[in-house]
Amino acid sequence: MADTAIAHDAHAGHDDHGAHHTSTGLSNNKLAMWMFLGSECLLFGGLISTYMLYRGRHSENLGPDQLWDIPFTSASSFVLLMSSLTMVLAVSSAHRRDDRNTKVWLSVTALLGALFVAGQVYEFTVFYREGLGFTTSLFSSSFYTLTGFHGVHVTVGIIMLMSLVGMISKNRVPGSKAETVELFGLYWHFVDVVWILIFTLVYLIPA
Amino acid sequence: MTTATDTHADSHSDAHEAESHGLSDGGYIKIAIFLAVVTAIEVALSYTKEPLGAAFLPLLLLLMGVKFFAVLYYFMHLKFDSRLFSLMFYMGLVLAVGCYIAFLTTMHFFNG
Repeated sequence: MADTAIAHDAHAGHDDHGAHHTSTGLSNNKLAMWMFLGSECLLFGGLISTYMLYRGRHSENLGPDQLWDIPFTSASSFVLLMSSLTMVLAVSSAHRRDDRNTKVWLSVTALLGALFVAGQVYEFTVFYREGLGFTTSLFSSSFYTLTGFHGVHVTVGIIMLMSLVGMISKNRVPGSKAETVELFGLYWHFVDVVWILIFTLVYLIPA
Repeated sequence: MTTATDTHADSHSDAHEAESHGLSDGGYIKIAIFLAVVTAIEVALSYTKEPLGAAFLPLLLLLMGVKFFAVLYYFMHLKFDSRLFSLMFYMGLVLAVGCYIAFLTTMHFFNG
């Protein structure tokens, strides 16, 4: 009888996903993360739309055709895509309760994210030297705002990943470790998904 | 003592595990290779605007959509998770797309 009660408890309440007796049977944290990501669609939707509207508003010699370096940006996109793979491998390791590999994959993800941000900083520096400041034109303002906001999201993600690695090392992750890694993963993949849109709409489709 | 409830809990837990965690590591690597190949095709297409003509834009948007949903379904586990999570995300996505298409239409963006 006691065995039955314990099995039922493991089944209903304290599973690996942290769904502690919620009315939906799902993790509230995960639900909240998906709601947050849904709201982020509105933020990036606004920034992408504004860029689309103003991308033709620039001087003749400082537009996308003169500035974009497609091979370089493609390499950056590839780096961010691969960081999504390493993130999902971290989540997979966390579900297997393999702390060592979880930390390794999280660190590799953070490293790839840092490489992407470094590429973005380099790109911004090149554009600035070419004469494209934030207030040069409506095109430049909307471009820097959109890609800058995305870069900030990646940077916040890197900080969160490194904090998580530290917390796992010190065994200070509150609640379910696997669910925490999964929540960080959702945020990271969303940042990647936004870049998939930016890369095509901003860089590949001509103004 | 193992009871029927134990067995049920174990089998349910295994099913839940498989359902929530999605693909194997090898499966994720295949998805990543697929995404890299699609990105390479996108970049190659961007250099061949002229021969493609009117097909260029729809083709690029299609490939972008394929990548978008591949990450969403497999890496973010929407394909394997509860539909409530999908609902939460799609509510924001549909609201954003609808709102900003209306905004761009108002600003005569689609008129050329």
